[in-house]
Amino acid sequence: MPDKSNLPAAAVTAPRKNRYPLAWVGNGFLIILAVLAAYILVSNLFRNPIVFLQNILDGLKLGFVYALIALGYTMVYGIVKLINFAHGDIFMVGAFTSFFAVSQFNLHKWPQMLMPGFPAGLSIIIGSLTVILLSMLVCTLLGVTIERVAYKPLRDAPRIAALITAIGVSFFLEFFGALQFVFSPRFIPYKSPFDTTAWYIQSGIHPIVSGQASPDNTISFSNIFLIILVASVLVQIFLQFLVRRTKIGIAMRATSFDKPTARLMGINVDRVISFTFAIGSGFAGLGGVLYAIAYASIWTQLGILPGLKAFVAAVLGGIGSLPGAFVGALIMGQAESLTMSYISTPMRDAVAFTILIVVLLVKPTGIFGEPAGEKA
Amino acid sequence: MKRFLSLTAIVLVLMIAVIGCQQAPKELKVAVLAPLSGPVPTFGVSTRDGALLAIDEWNAKGGVLGMKITTIVEDSQCTPDPAVNAANKVINQDKVHYIIGEVCSKASIPVSEIANAAKVIQMSPTSTNTTVTLDKNGGTKAYIFRACFIDPFQGLVGATFAFNNLKAKKAFVMSDQSNDYVKGLAEAFEASFTKLGGTIVGKENYTGTDTDFSAILAKVKNAKPDLVYLPDYYNVVNLATKQAKEKGIVAPFMGGDGWDSADLDTKASDGGYYTNHYSADDQRAEVQSFLAAYGAKYKDASGKAVVPDALAALAYDATNLLLTAVKNAGADNTDKVKAALEGIAFNAVSGKITYDAQHNPVKGAVILHVKGGKVVFDSFVSP
Repeated sequence: MPDKSNLPAAAVTAPRKNRYPLAWVGNGFLIILAVLAAYILVSNLFRNPIVFLQNILDGLKLGFVYALIALGYTMVYGIVKLINFAHGDIFMVGAFTSFFAVSQFNLHKWPQMLMPGFPAGLSIIIGSLTVILLSMLVCTLLGVTIERVAYKPLRDAPRIAALITAIGVSFFLEFFGALQFVFSPRFIPYKSPFDTTAWYIQSGIHPIVSGQASPDNTISFSNIFLIILVASVLVQIFLQFLVRRTKIGIAMRATSFDKPTARLMGINVDRVISFTFAIGSGFAGLGGVLYAIAYASIWTQLGILPGLKAFVAAVLGGIGSLPGAFVGALIMGQAESLTMSYISTPMRDAVAFTILIVVLLVKPTGIFGEPAGEKA
Repeated sequence: MKRFLSLTAIVLVLMIAVIGCQQAPKELKVAVLAPLSGPVPTFGVSTRDGALLAIDEWNAKGGVLGMKITTIVEDSQCTPDPAVNAANKVINQDKVHYIIGEVCSKASIPVSEIANAAKVIQMSPTSTNTTVTLDKNGGTKAYIFRACFIDPFQGLVGATFAFNNLKAKKAFVMSDQSNDYVKGLAEAFEASFTKLGGTIVGKENYTGTDTDFSAILAKVKNAKPDLVYLPDYYNVVNLATKQAKEKGIVAPFMGGDGWDSADLDTKASDGGYYTNHYSADDQRAEVQSFLAAYGAKYKDASGKAVVPDALAALAYDATNLLLTAVKNAGADNTDKVKAALEGIAFNAVSGKITYDAQHNPVKGAVILHVKGGKVVFDSFVSP
């Protein structure tokens, strides 16, 4: 019997012969949803292509941030078969770390503070990179600590125990962070390490000047959008290289394929797992900083919704598969942006989680996922 | 023998209980329900500080009716459930007869149901939604009052200013349907603006925890309004106005007293206006002496005197109104205090206050302008 225990919970589509009665109602409903979605998209594309393109750009902004978080979910699931619900909160910690670095220590300007003659522009670039690296480092350490403290002791326990622990760690991070002496429960206006500038495209790229309206029917984007794009793509390329070409990458793949045998082969499984958590958390931290720069208001429950949507993205793309997480996140970003524009803003979360239900009903292994193979 | 001993024990306990009750010190208990955590903690801290300042001043003059005033502060988080829990606790456990709170309409409304049923006087310093003092049939809740003007008036002031002073003919309204305060203000503005002759070119909803307004702002850009009405709290305003600037939208934003906070991003909301209850630039004697007393009591981290915001001023007014009414009533009896409040005429920091039949104060509003990184006083509007 194929081992189905590795698939996400909820339904597994029934084989054709054993369809339950009235299955056509459910399937019909899904088909109607699909047709409706396609109609909305196509009709709006033809009605105003410029706005459609702008929505695609906004969707990319969200999608690439979700990609940074989703890869952490997918890697951890691939290796220890655990959905790390605390991942979204590590994203939050990254945002807060960068906020404190910038507002308390002015870390984004440190070259200029130490050497007064340093050119300001270069100083901000080096300073911002330092802030981002610091946040990534803090998140990496946090991720590894959580793994050692909360998940390692439960490695041989039933998987539900580790899942509940992950949820517990998530709540702990949120509400401990909300204590007055930690992050405080306020919505804190985020102080960005560098200023966001925006441009609009109309026969050439022109900057949007504060106080002057940009012309109608143009597409606009900001520098943070470009940074998110570049960072996310670089991270994906780096991870593909890591997983395919390096020794630790092979060790990660071996551990996720068959942990006991990998251990027998001499791979230090504990170290591989810690390394996976470290990488995933580091990139979640990067995502946190970029998200905070883009949407400049942070609070301790910042990570809940993006974390959940990234989880849906990972499931959509096939949990355990890195390119799947990337593609799934891009789809989630687009779905959110297009829903906000063409249906209504409050519906965007509903649509995101409807995608989860639809994926689990139609193809639970996701786009790139493979059904679990037989173990000898 | 055993029965005699247990009988004596029971009698002794009863005696102690009776004697203990008779010798309880006479004090007036006032509860302050403020959102010290949650989405708007600056509001909660200001409210608490304003109320405590007023209570300290009364206690320094001997309390009220010879009774010392004790305060019980509870964190109601601007959210219905914690507010209801806090209200139940102070009414049932601490046995208070007077509640100053809550700040947010959506928390004040459920608290008012409980307080009214328990005949506890609730004076909300800042809840502006009409249904705080009105019950389901439109009648007035007997024991519930507020110290601030209501949303219909605030929406009317905003619409009048936008139409007459800013010469705006087309407005776009953004509103959070899950927040009674925002919804009420948006509806009031819409009604007043259209009655004056303006047109609402667009209405969009969002939820309070949204961070991405790009879709709504794209519609705003398309509609080309003269003004965008965003009557939400400062955390949402910060996000929306920043994204609007990034999209190249130059129409000014306008809002209500929810904008009033030290955490408002003055760079992003530059060019915006909002209606408020008071301004520190107002030269009236009540305002200036309040500023001096507040600055003397509360200092910030660097030792500078804190300038109170509208919430502190209103909490101060609310407490003073309540305690003056208790003094006028002559007894710690909520029916008498209620009657005293209905007939009061009081010179508060936020203007001269009298009460109408719906327990809403008749008073004026100020318009504040965000310019050059600061919030400046624009004008005063009387009812």
